Amino acid sequence: MRPFIVHKGTTVALMEDNINTDQILPSAFLNRIEKTGFGEFLFDNWRYLPGSDYPRKVKAEFPLNHPDRQGASILITGDNFAGGSSREHAVWALDDFGFRVVIAGSFSDIFYMNSLKNGMLAISLSAEERKALARLKGDEQIKIDLETQEIVTPYAKYKFSIEEEWRRKLLGGIDDITETMAYEEQIKAYESKWDEFYAYDAIT
Amino acid sequence: MGQTLFDKVWQEHVLAGEEGNAQLLYIDLHMIHEVTTPQGFESLRSEGRQLRAPEKTIATIDHNVPTKNIFTIKDAISRKQIEALQRNCRDFGVELMDHGSEGQGIVHMIGPEQGATQPGKTVVCGDSHTATHGAFGAIAFGIGSSEVEHVFATQTIWQRKPKIMGIKLTGKLQAGVYAKDIMLYLIHTYGTDFATGYAIEYYGEAVSDLSMEGRMTLCNMAIEFGAKYGLVAPDQKTFDYLEGKPRAPKDFKRAVAYWKTLYTDPDADFDYVLEVSIDDLAPYVTWGTTPAMGLPFGEKFPQVSDHNDQRAYEYMDLRPQMDATDIPISYIFLGSCTNSRLEDLIEGAKYIKGRKVAPHISAWVVPGSRPVKRAAEAMGIAQQYIDAGFEWREPGCSACISMNADRVPPGTHCASTTNRNFEGRQGKGSRTHLCSPAMAVLAAVKGHFYDTRLDDQEVPVL
Repeated sequence: MRPFIVHKGTTVALMEDNINTDQILPSAFLNRIEKTGFGEFLFDNWRYLPGSDYPRKVKAEFPLNHPDRQGASILITGDNFAGGSSREHAVWALDDFGFRVVIAGSFSDIFYMNSLKNGMLAISLSAEERKALARLKGDEQIKIDLETQEIVTPYAKYKFSIEEEWRRKLLGGIDDITETMAYEEQIKAYESKWDEFYAYDAIT
Repeated sequence: MGQTLFDKVWQEHVLAGEEGNAQLLYIDLHMIHEVTTPQGFESLRSEGRQLRAPEKTIATIDHNVPTKNIFTIKDAISRKQIEALQRNCRDFGVELMDHGSEGQGIVHMIGPEQGATQPGKTVVCGDSHTATHGAFGAIAFGIGSSEVEHVFATQTIWQRKPKIMGIKLTGKLQAGVYAKDIMLYLIHTYGTDFATGYAIEYYGEAVSDLSMEGRMTLCNMAIEFGAKYGLVAPDQKTFDYLEGKPRAPKDFKRAVAYWKTLYTDPDADFDYVLEVSIDDLAPYVTWGTTPAMGLPFGEKFPQVSDHNDQRAYEYMDLRPQMDATDIPISYIFLGSCTNSRLEDLIEGAKYIKGRKVAPHISAWVVPGSRPVKRAAEAMGIAQQYIDAGFEWREPGCSACISMNADRVPPGTHCASTTNRNFEGRQGKGSRTHLCSPAMAVLAAVKGHFYDTRLDDQEVPVL
């Protein structure tokens, strides 16, 4: 996994509540078999003008298209972010577009896990704190420090929390699968207890 | 203190870790499909890892399937994704309900139909509607592709135990009201993120009264309520459903004896309890762009209360104070992992009553699986739909996800038995109205939404 220790970057705000994964990456783009190349389709139905052919014309008023927000790597957003479909493609699309951190009021359980697995930080902050962050200008850099669990802006500091186990994995960039393989004995013990119980007559 | 059903199943699967932190769980059943697995298989190859338990993995092809001419997949990228799964199943020894085969269907149909979904198991799938399998008393949840890869390699997953919400349903559903309406009611009343962080156990007399199909609908939509898990304690209906299924345990008696221990102890505590009487529950139809934007039939659409409502009304091209009968529907979609089981198709067919699909409406029936399709054909149900002017299609996710050729055209209002009415969900610009199969079929033959309770009284059942 890609480690996350400190990230410095600029912000863009998309303050709608309940943005779901169908909005983040519409299903029409789920058919690729790679993890890369999804950035082009991030917020596809919101980012582009309808019906435009390649190269597609962007909707100027959509926040991600503002000239002073280009290169933003921290997304500030509303409550209940990324509910709906479990598609990890939503994280891959955010990542491919350039986001390393998403700050929302809350996250769906599945998205939260998907983001951590990809070394992308999903941080919950209050509406007031997010409002302050959303007021930052396009060229104002902020710092997200996972070691101290702090967000530092030119004007304020905000604390955030993350489960200790995940913090350790993110800081160390630890590969989950390699770590789990150390539990081979426990895995085998479960299998020897239950495999026979679940045995079925295979119809061949 | 006693344990909940969830506690019991969870505890049996914990291999490492302490409660309150991430714990390592063994996974008994891994359902897979073509969309969320190619990356995981590719990583196994590049890391030189094996699939640890191919015999605990079942594959199907569902999301990309065009349900009209299933072998004509025009999109080359979709075809490549299907071929990738076929190759991966061959290479790693996974049983595949292949494209066009008799076992093919939506991934959440296959587990129960094969008898692979069982009480007390842990079931995962790279799909948020995996909670469906919880209807059998399993801990079943949707995972991302990185987690799919982890399960491939280790047959385990790291999870933090969720809090547990008990939802007690008392009373009896009126004729014309269904499990789907219970979920739309709960989500409308409490919100789409009400159960985030929780596993839901549904219990009470109204849950016992539901068929396995109805229970699957309840559990399926736990995710629209925010919960990753929904479950129901197994009972005789569960055991009867599973007996004789291909993957049911060989020693079925012993299995039933164990399954009978899987219930929430009387002295166990839930973290949160919601008690709802469904006696007076009305059928639901959604007007907006989240499953919470629904209303009991007959109520007027609400005033705009915030920017979310405003945006939804604009997208849907509807206005406050309209009601469901005013929605200009021209598409009907009866399908999806929420409501395309045999019982759903039977229940829907009851509302045809010799009538025809209204001339301005395109109505599709997409059975959840080929076994459901065959059974409905054998029973004569399929013919009833066809005679009434419905398109009778092949199984798949179809227009619920619109990854395939099956899409609701832009600007079109669709009465849909699916689970998500998000912007663009059924196709770019599509406008989805969630409802039960009965409501969808009645809308097709009436030409507009109509109260399923009234229709029952007005037309004698033949």
